[in-house]
Amino acid sequence: MANVTLRSVRKTYPGGFEAIKGVDVDVGDGQFCVLVGPSGCGKSTLLRMVAGLETITGGEIDIGGRVVNQIEPADRDIAMVFQNYALYPHMSVYNNMAYGLRNRGMAEAEIKTRVEEAARVLELSPMLERKPRQLSGGQRQRVAMGRAIVRQPKVFLFDEPLSNLDAKLRIAMRVEIRKLQRRLNTTSIYVTHDQLEAMTLADILVVMNGGQVEQIGNPLDIYQKPATTFVASFIGAPPMNLMPLRSDELTSQIAGADGAGIVGIRPEDFVITAETAAGGVALGLTVEAIEHVGAETFVYGSRQREERGVAANPGELPPGEVIVRVPGATGPAVGERIRAVAPRDKLHLFTADGRKRVSP
Amino acid sequence: MVEEEGFQRYLAHIILWIGIAIVAFPVYLALVASTQDNAVIANGQMSLLPGGHFLETYYQTLFVGTSGSTREPVLNMMLNSLIMALLIAVGKIAISIISAYAIVYFRFPFRMAIFWIIFITLMLPVEVRIYPTYKIVADLHLLDSYAGLSLPLIASATATLLFRQFFMTVPDELLEASRIDGAGPFRFFWDTLLPLSRTNMAALFVILFILGWNQYLWPLLITTRDDMQTIQVGIRKMITTTDALTEWPVVMATALLAMLPPVFVVVVMQKLFVRGLVETEK
Repeated sequence: MANVTLRSVRKTYPGGFEAIKGVDVDVGDGQFCVLVGPSGCGKSTLLRMVAGLETITGGEIDIGGRVVNQIEPADRDIAMVFQNYALYPHMSVYNNMAYGLRNRGMAEAEIKTRVEEAARVLELSPMLERKPRQLSGGQRQRVAMGRAIVRQPKVFLFDEPLSNLDAKLRIAMRVEIRKLQRRLNTTSIYVTHDQLEAMTLADILVVMNGGQVEQIGNPLDIYQKPATTFVASFIGAPPMNLMPLRSDELTSQIAGADGAGIVGIRPEDFVITAETAAGGVALGLTVEAIEHVGAETFVYGSRQREERGVAANPGELPPGEVIVRVPGATGPAVGERIRAVAPRDKLHLFTADGRKRVSP
Repeated sequence: MVEEEGFQRYLAHIILWIGIAIVAFPVYLALVASTQDNAVIANGQMSLLPGGHFLETYYQTLFVGTSGSTREPVLNMMLNSLIMALLIAVGKIAISIISAYAIVYFRFPFRMAIFWIIFITLMLPVEVRIYPTYKIVADLHLLDSYAGLSLPLIASATATLLFRQFFMTVPDELLEASRIDGAGPFRFFWDTLLPLSRTNMAALFVILFILGWNQYLWPLLITTRDDMQTIQVGIRKMITTTDALTEWPVVMATALLAMLPPVFVVVVMQKLFVRGLVETEK
């Protein structure tokens, strides 16, 4: 049981590259914190710093009221699940789980109880004598989890533990991890690049970009009120439509757009209608492509030349393209002209550099 | 492989049998010669069928030795060779796996320089550095000793390189998982790296044992006492006689006996050996 607190944590590599540029995060006892961001944003580095596998060049990391900057990984009372599981290939499943306990000098009887309990929870009991190579990907993943559980650490650290699994298994394991964490009530930090995984798992979501925290908060709050255009486009799939407010028809439509340079609208907040929304946005679009997902349909439309969008961050839409989500399987046809309308209260307004949310 | 029909298949088998015959005939000849009377061989009238002196010759070879040139029983020579070959093989593996561990997993000053120095010694086999090596061994009073036979041959760049390459394929996460599991450098080496290197060590052992067993020049130089002779040197000494007939049956028996330990090692370690060469257990 422990809080994990990061105070202006920095990491500069010997070459001068600044991987982490001052991060402050506070994870409460028993909370599930997810670090999410594009590859290279420093999320894995940050996790490895908490684990003690990377040195800390600035700031403090505090686990359970103890500053651990200078403490060896083994003595930080953490357990880590690696992306490639990092199971000892020559040891049986049982020994893989027992190894860390033996190194701590725990009695063999106690080890047996703990390993068997973990194996029961993870449904690994029939496989305790097998070697990792005789297991499927999902089973290996569970062994890696088991190795972490038996330690009964203060903190679990997960480094993209599901990215080597196929899509179906990933969803199943995602639910498993969440249930397990709830039951054990152990503080957890989880790194992923998958925003859906991040949204579904997190108590606290930390969105990172370029070695900095873009936004910290409850996943739904972040979804509903992204603080920057980066967060707006990174969280949510398909991404939020971001359009610049220049002296064109958009600006004149929006009520109270003072100080704003960019407007963002989520695909699901559009309605295809002939009516107008007072103070909101109405866009004339030519339908370029349709994606049927079954329960919903995504309409890719292009605006007129003078209404081109901005694409400052990776994963954003190409300029001028707007995605509109239509519920159900029916939608307009390719080539059709449509009017997509979003009400005023669904608009996200940002400053022109995209670094700040204007209002509300 | 495509299965050939009829004639072609027989042809292939005939060619293979000819190959086997070419390789096996000298061995057969040695076996036959070792069972015959020396006078008959010396007359040039050796039969291609085994003679009746099998037990007699092998008893003499193993426990008595030749009556003229070197009077050392071959059993003793084999023991010397065995000790030398084992010391070389085990010593090389032990030294090189430890130095590879240091080079791959530790950051210390001049790490790469040391690696390259080790690498460069590849270009200096015993034959090239034989005078200084002899001088050192002589100054250390190691002539006519097992240490003198094996120590100069133990340092091995090849094996160090092999282990280095293998260690570099071991995922870093394994080391990190070990660190989190509370295993220090020694435990990681002992509990994880050594078991993973098992097949590599077996393959190396086979190669190095045979290499050690077949040493000729170095043992010839530094052993003078008959009871420190290795079998490879012994055979050579048996052939050269000054005032008597070469005892060919004994020489042939010794040659055959010299083949046995390497064959034994290969047969016993074959499974591990092949695995060590073709796959890495990860």
